[in-house]
Amino acid sequence: MDKSVIATQDLCLTYQTGDGMVEALSKINLKIEEGEFVSLIGPSGCGKTTLLRAIANLETPSSGTLLVNGMGAEQARLARSYGYVFQAPALLPWRKVKDNVALPLEVMELDDVQGRVARNLELVNLKGFEEKFPWQLSGGMQQRVSIARALAFDPQLLLMDEPFGALDEIVRDKLNQQLLELWARTKKTIVFVTHSIPEAVFLSTKIIVMSPRPGRIIDMIESDLPAKRTLEIRETPAFLKIAHRVREGLKAGHSYED
Amino acid sequence: MVTVRPSPSPLLRNGSPPSPALRERMKKLIPLFTITLAIFVLWYVATIPMNSVLTSSKIASAGGGLWNTLAFSWSEQRPVLPAPHQVLREIWNTVFIVAPWSIKSLVFHLWITLSSTLVGFIMGGLLGIALAIGIVHAASLEKSLMPWIIASQTIPILAIAPMLIVVLGKTGLPEIITKASISAYLCFFPVAIGMVKGLRSPDVMQQDLMRTYNASAAQVLWKLRLPAALPFFFASLKVSVAIALTGAIVAELPTGAVAGIGARLLNGSYYGQTLQIWAALFVAAFAAATLVWLLSKLEQNSLKRMGAQL
Repeated sequence: MDKSVIATQDLCLTYQTGDGMVEALSKINLKIEEGEFVSLIGPSGCGKTTLLRAIANLETPSSGTLLVNGMGAEQARLARSYGYVFQAPALLPWRKVKDNVALPLEVMELDDVQGRVARNLELVNLKGFEEKFPWQLSGGMQQRVSIARALAFDPQLLLMDEPFGALDEIVRDKLNQQLLELWARTKKTIVFVTHSIPEAVFLSTKIIVMSPRPGRIIDMIESDLPAKRTLEIRETPAFLKIAHRVREGLKAGHSYED
Repeated sequence: MVTVRPSPSPLLRNGSPPSPALRERMKKLIPLFTITLAIFVLWYVATIPMNSVLTSSKIASAGGGLWNTLAFSWSEQRPVLPAPHQVLREIWNTVFIVAPWSIKSLVFHLWITLSSTLVGFIMGGLLGIALAIGIVHAASLEKSLMPWIIASQTIPILAIAPMLIVVLGKTGLPEIITKASISAYLCFFPVAIGMVKGLRSPDVMQQDLMRTYNASAAQVLWKLRLPAALPFFFASLKVSVAIALTGAIVAELPTGAVAGIGARLLNGSYYGQTLQIWAALFVAAFAAATLVWLLSKLEQNSLKRMGAQL
């Protein structure tokens, strides 16, 4: 049996729009192993979010196979195998921070709610903000709450859909560092959608470059950067070399249009 | 440059100046006060031509003049249009002077009407919520129920009230339920419409979130849809409670009820007791305003507890 956390074979996803069929994903072949940090990068419309949503069973592929933890995507969702972080924090405004983090625990009827909430808020450096309402926090803090919420029930897989896309670069750098620390401490498998090259290279052990129309994988880069990274690594030749390759991939995917 | 702060005047030092909040409030009250004043002036002036049928000969025989005109126009026993102070005196007499359990007391009549208003309001509210929950969860219900719900409100309540009362009267239900059903008929509608909108207000992301947790429909309802619908709920409740009172009054008309604001209105119009009609009307309006105000307070409290920035 395949021990990959995520395995796809010839995964295709098409949907009908006003002006015809759109091939959102075309023959995606992909393996993600336990403990990896994988970034999906590409221009908008390349299907990176669709792929993440298919893994989360929020979209249904039209053909091919998709296994999550060796199960079909739907069973994996029913088994609550993953935590999902959306583009926006999507916090419930009537719940305090602690109650937002407790939401999945309540739904799943898990025990030790208080302990789990406290541990996960500490993990995202938000200890002391339990009693605040979402509107009292900055955008970056809200997104950290949503990460704590995704981790609250301790899933081994974390799916993140451009979680820092709406934040300014300074906050984003900081959150990237915190995310790496969190990843090192929790040993989760993370699939991370982004359209920022430095972000993808800085965070990932594997970068998957995608291209639109049809959405497909055009390059897969195993990063040889050390596991322990600081922001300064972004000026090293090794980092720039990977970033260059990502950029070349994105360019190649774009060449026949514009 | 050195700016010298003038020392506060002795007047200010003793009496503290009005707080900004108070001043803000006054600013809001001034337009309301102006309009009210204008209405009263218009009203007093209007009594002169309106009552001239009754008063013109009296004024003429008393020698005419402004003084006589005003005196006679504002003091008729059964005027066509009573002056505001006459209505207020009637209210004072029937609310505070007579015993509240007497048939002459407006408090007694108001209580009769209010009790069926509240029963109908609760019945209609629950029905509205139930319909909305059904509609949000089953597309077939929306298709089959929505046209009926909307059609129900196009029938004038005055046309359907007598029939409903007669039919329900035969079932042996207590009278208050029969009357309340008219209120319920009117006020389920805003609640149903408001709640459908409210229950659908969570965005796609929040719904997807619940889906990733494999949350059941009941959990989505309790933890996401209902809390999100609360502001919509209160908005429709405020509309509902006012029309529930109208419904209760209307329900008293065809039954030949002897008690209640509606009975009082009907009675007054039979015997030309305009003062009684106006007094009943004002007390009913005041009651409706009070109910809406109570709901606003409840709304503010609940939403504040739910973290709203008010």
